[in-house]
Amino acid sequence: MAHDKHAATSNALPADRGEAPFSDYKVAYSPTQAVAEATRCLYCSDAPCMNACPTRIDVAQFIRKIATGNDRGSAKTILDANILGMSCARVCPVETLCVGACVYNTLGHPPIQIGRLQRYVTDRALDEDWQFYTAGPDSGKKVALIGAGPASLACAHHLRRSGHACTIFEKRDVIGGLNTTGVAPYKMKADASLHEVDWLLEIGGIDIKTGVEVGRDVTFDQLERDYDAVFFGAGLGLDSRLGVPGEDLAGVDGAVAWIERMKLQPVDLSGVRHALVIGGGNTAMDCMRELLGLKVPNVTLVYRGTQAGMPGYAHEWKAAQVLGAKAQWQAVPVAFEGDGRVQRAKLALLDGNKQPTGETVLVDADLVLMAIGQGKLGGMLAGLSGINIAKGVVQADEHGFTGRPKWYVGGDARNGGKEVVNAAAEGKQAALAIHKSFG
Amino acid sequence: MADLTTNCGGIISPNPFWLASAPPANSGAQVQRAFEAGWGGAVWKTLGQPIQNVSSRFGGHTIGGARGAGFNNIELITDRPLEVNFREIYETKKRFPKHAVIVSLMVETEDEWRDIILRSIDAGADGLELNFGCPHGMCERGMGSAVGQEPRINERITAWAVKYSTVPVLVKLTPNVGDINPHGLAAKHGGAHGVSLINTIKSIIGVDIDRFVPEPRVGTQSSNGGYCGAAVKPIALHMTAQLARNPGFRLPISGIGGVCNWRDAVEFILLGATSVQVCTEVMLKGYRIVEDMIDGLSNYMDSHGFATIDQMVGKAVPAYSEWGDLDLNYETVAKIDATKCIGCQVCVVACHDGAHQCLHPQEGTRVPRVDESECVGCNLCKIVCPVPDCISMVTVDNGWAPATWNQHMVGAGKLRPKKGAH
Ligand SMILES: Cc1cc2nc3c(=O)[nH]c(=O)nc-3n(C[C@H](O)[C@H](O)[C@H](O)COP(=O)(O)OP(=O)(O)OC[C@H]3O[C@@H](n4cnc5c(N)ncnc54)[C@H](O)[C@@H]3O)c2cc1C
Ligand SMILES: Cc1cc2nc3c(=O)[nH]c(=O)nc-3n(C[C@H](O)[C@H](O)[C@H](O)COP(=O)(O)O)c2cc1C
Ligand code: SF4
Ligand code: SF4
Ligand code: SF4
Repeated sequence: MAHDKHAATSNALPADRGEAPFSDYKVAYSPTQAVAEATRCLYCSDAPCMNACPTRIDVAQFIRKIATGNDRGSAKTILDANILGMSCARVCPVETLCVGACVYNTLGHPPIQIGRLQRYVTDRALDEDWQFYTAGPDSGKKVALIGAGPASLACAHHLRRSGHACTIFEKRDVIGGLNTTGVAPYKMKADASLHEVDWLLEIGGIDIKTGVEVGRDVTFDQLERDYDAVFFGAGLGLDSRLGVPGEDLAGVDGAVAWIERMKLQPVDLSGVRHALVIGGGNTAMDCMRELLGLKVPNVTLVYRGTQAGMPGYAHEWKAAQVLGAKAQWQAVPVAFEGDGRVQRAKLALLDGNKQPTGETVLVDADLVLMAIGQGKLGGMLAGLSGINIAKGVVQADEHGFTGRPKWYVGGDARNGGKEVVNAAAEGKQAALAIHKSFG
Repeated sequence: MADLTTNCGGIISPNPFWLASAPPANSGAQVQRAFEAGWGGAVWKTLGQPIQNVSSRFGGHTIGGARGAGFNNIELITDRPLEVNFREIYETKKRFPKHAVIVSLMVETEDEWRDIILRSIDAGADGLELNFGCPHGMCERGMGSAVGQEPRINERITAWAVKYSTVPVLVKLTPNVGDINPHGLAAKHGGAHGVSLINTIKSIIGVDIDRFVPEPRVGTQSSNGGYCGAAVKPIALHMTAQLARNPGFRLPISGIGGVCNWRDAVEFILLGATSVQVCTEVMLKGYRIVEDMIDGLSNYMDSHGFATIDQMVGKAVPAYSEWGDLDLNYETVAKIDATKCIGCQVCVVACHDGAHQCLHPQEGTRVPRVDESECVGCNLCKIVCPVPDCISMVTVDNGWAPATWNQHMVGAGKLRPKKGAH
């Protein structure tokens, strides 16, 4: 149960897992490319790119250091602000964050490829095992962290720098949360996430207990009793369901559950001719690109609203379209049919207010992924007085403090489901608040 | 982790990075912000008798799209009241006792020098820098480079300063001289504890070709100004090394001129500088550039096994020799890495028109062929090639023992047959 510092990679991943065929959508820079791109950066003051980063990486500074050949200093600038800088470089939706804010957009020039530059130096940091941080002198304080996702990992790493002992409880056998089990493999594969976990655990003193579900294997009361602070970084729950007939047929699956299997295990899609992805968010976008990348011939998005009203990023949809994505806009499944396995879906067509028009269509479907959201886990803490939960999301102040002494929260459990970089930022904020609370 | 502590002629600072005497070191608020950002020292904007500045003052030289790659100015010394400067120097030293504040001075008579030196030291100066370098305006009044170009006057004024000062005295030299040696030696003979170089180079930065007026334009006229910034580094490196290798000199040097990043700083230190000063790059990018300078230098020192700045100072000086002592039998030729070549053939045109016509297009590929029997190993193709490490200059083992021109002139050493000289 308890793991040594090589906890993450000791959970060896099968080489023939579903995500194996994917290659990087944005390829790594060579040193020449990185320096050329870095030299283009204007080194803005009060740079908009930095202000657009939830962890406030000093983008201008790290890019200048690439341009001067100071890759080590550059990596440290990034990691000081965001210890998950390597994975963020690959998985962040930079088009809507730093790159989207780059002043070159205003000039009508291609913006600086900040994510790729960040990847260039953080890859070096991990590949060459640059370690910039050491644990602080033992403070005698102990912190329990629930979930080994980005939020808890960032939190624990910051706590260790101040010398607090950290124990992370993780119900799964793999570490890294959705960074390992969820993000699209053309951005980052599971092994890269695990490598990052190993690298950051080298600070020492972060004990990860995998296969332990808090609330079942240990109680919240126990943690509160045994530790000086508790960080809740459990993320989100299971895929939501529509509750329509036929939803339990084989071949109808939750999107996040399916992605996890695809990332960690072999998957057999040889019989799949027609796949439907239900939803219009970014998990749906990922599923589209993943199924198409795995050579499923017909992959159709079924979304209640219009293309313009879809919450998924436009750049993601564009990328899916390039691969041949189809869409059924303004439709929702009302039943799945088939003989033990799903074969068809009955879709109700909707009007501009997402109300049924009365018309239905029957479409072929031998795989259906439900990407209509995930449940919220805040309810787990309902028994702890002083903690407010709104629609399943744990409420907290801007430092992640819940209001109940000792209890902090961060990541998807606090923000209702954003990005890895938000989880990293909130984990860091909570660590600072916890450290402060120890006086 | 390397120790960046610097002792330049008795002036101690936490790192070798100083602001040069110029607009970034114009006021207490600025210098204090610079120290907060990480600068180890600052040479205060030159103090002297009251002056008045013109508008405009600066000119920028855009080279191949790089704005401000060269820079010039027709600004004079400080235009702020002396007592305000002294009060701010005092406050700055009080807030930053470990940082070096060097006060730059430029006045005329011995009495004036004595007075301003005593006031600077009262204010808390850790050192003085005598501005014998300003090449515009002040020299027309017999100061600045008018002093720096005249070794006798340089030595005399330096001696005054040393006589009245209880803190180290650096002499800031002008590059507007044929040979820097007599000027460095004059400072030494005057008793200086070190020299700073270079100040700016006499220049006209450009011409407004529609108005027919040089730049920077002041109404209908302009004047020559002082050139500085990235473009002047080679000149400054040369002058630094000239003094550093002069066995009669042997004083600490504060290197100035075109320092933009840690790498430039390393070059100055390897050629004999103990500290470096920066003006233009700070004017263009702000105090924050020092962060890269500090960790870039520190990483460099760690990776090269230098524990202290002193261990680095002058490391490349022994390798700076006279042309006549270079080995004429040493031979290199260009080699193209076909896997890296992008086929632009800018090397071909450069070699054909600007060198020895030994790079040739080949059938069936855009990768040029090197005719090694003709290649003189001049480096031109490597310089123009847009792909790093695509063209390398490889050493040819030609079997010839080393021989220099100076040896040849005294009948020793056999020279290999000339290449490409037909
Ligand atoms: C399909 C998908 C794709 C995504 N793609 C991207 C992307 O490309 N870029 C991006 O920035 N973000 C992406 N995200 C969002 C991102 O993954 C999350 O915002 C981020 O991982 C949240 O981190 P976290 O630490 O809060 O939670 P998680 O990453 O969810 O980690 C929570 C951990 O807690 C564990 N846990 C839960 N309950 C318990 C318990 N009771 N006891 C013990 N352990 C428990 C879980 O097993 C899990 O390991 C994606 C999300 C999904 C679903
Ligand atoms: C606008 C401007 C004002 C300057 N004023 C002074 C000055 O008052 N005293 C002085 O010694 N040097 C002065 N200098 C010269 C700088 O200190 C420095 O020697 C020179 O600019 C070379 O360094 P750089 O290439 O880093 O700019 C000035 C330079 C500039 C650009
Ligand atoms: S906004 Fe763009 S140009 Fe400006 S610092 Fe950021 S990346 Fe560089
Ligand atoms: S930089 Fe400032 S002082 Fe100079 S011209 Fe522009 S606005 Fe005026
Ligand atoms: S300049 Fe470099 S890249 Fe271009 S053709 Fe020559 S060798 Fe190839």
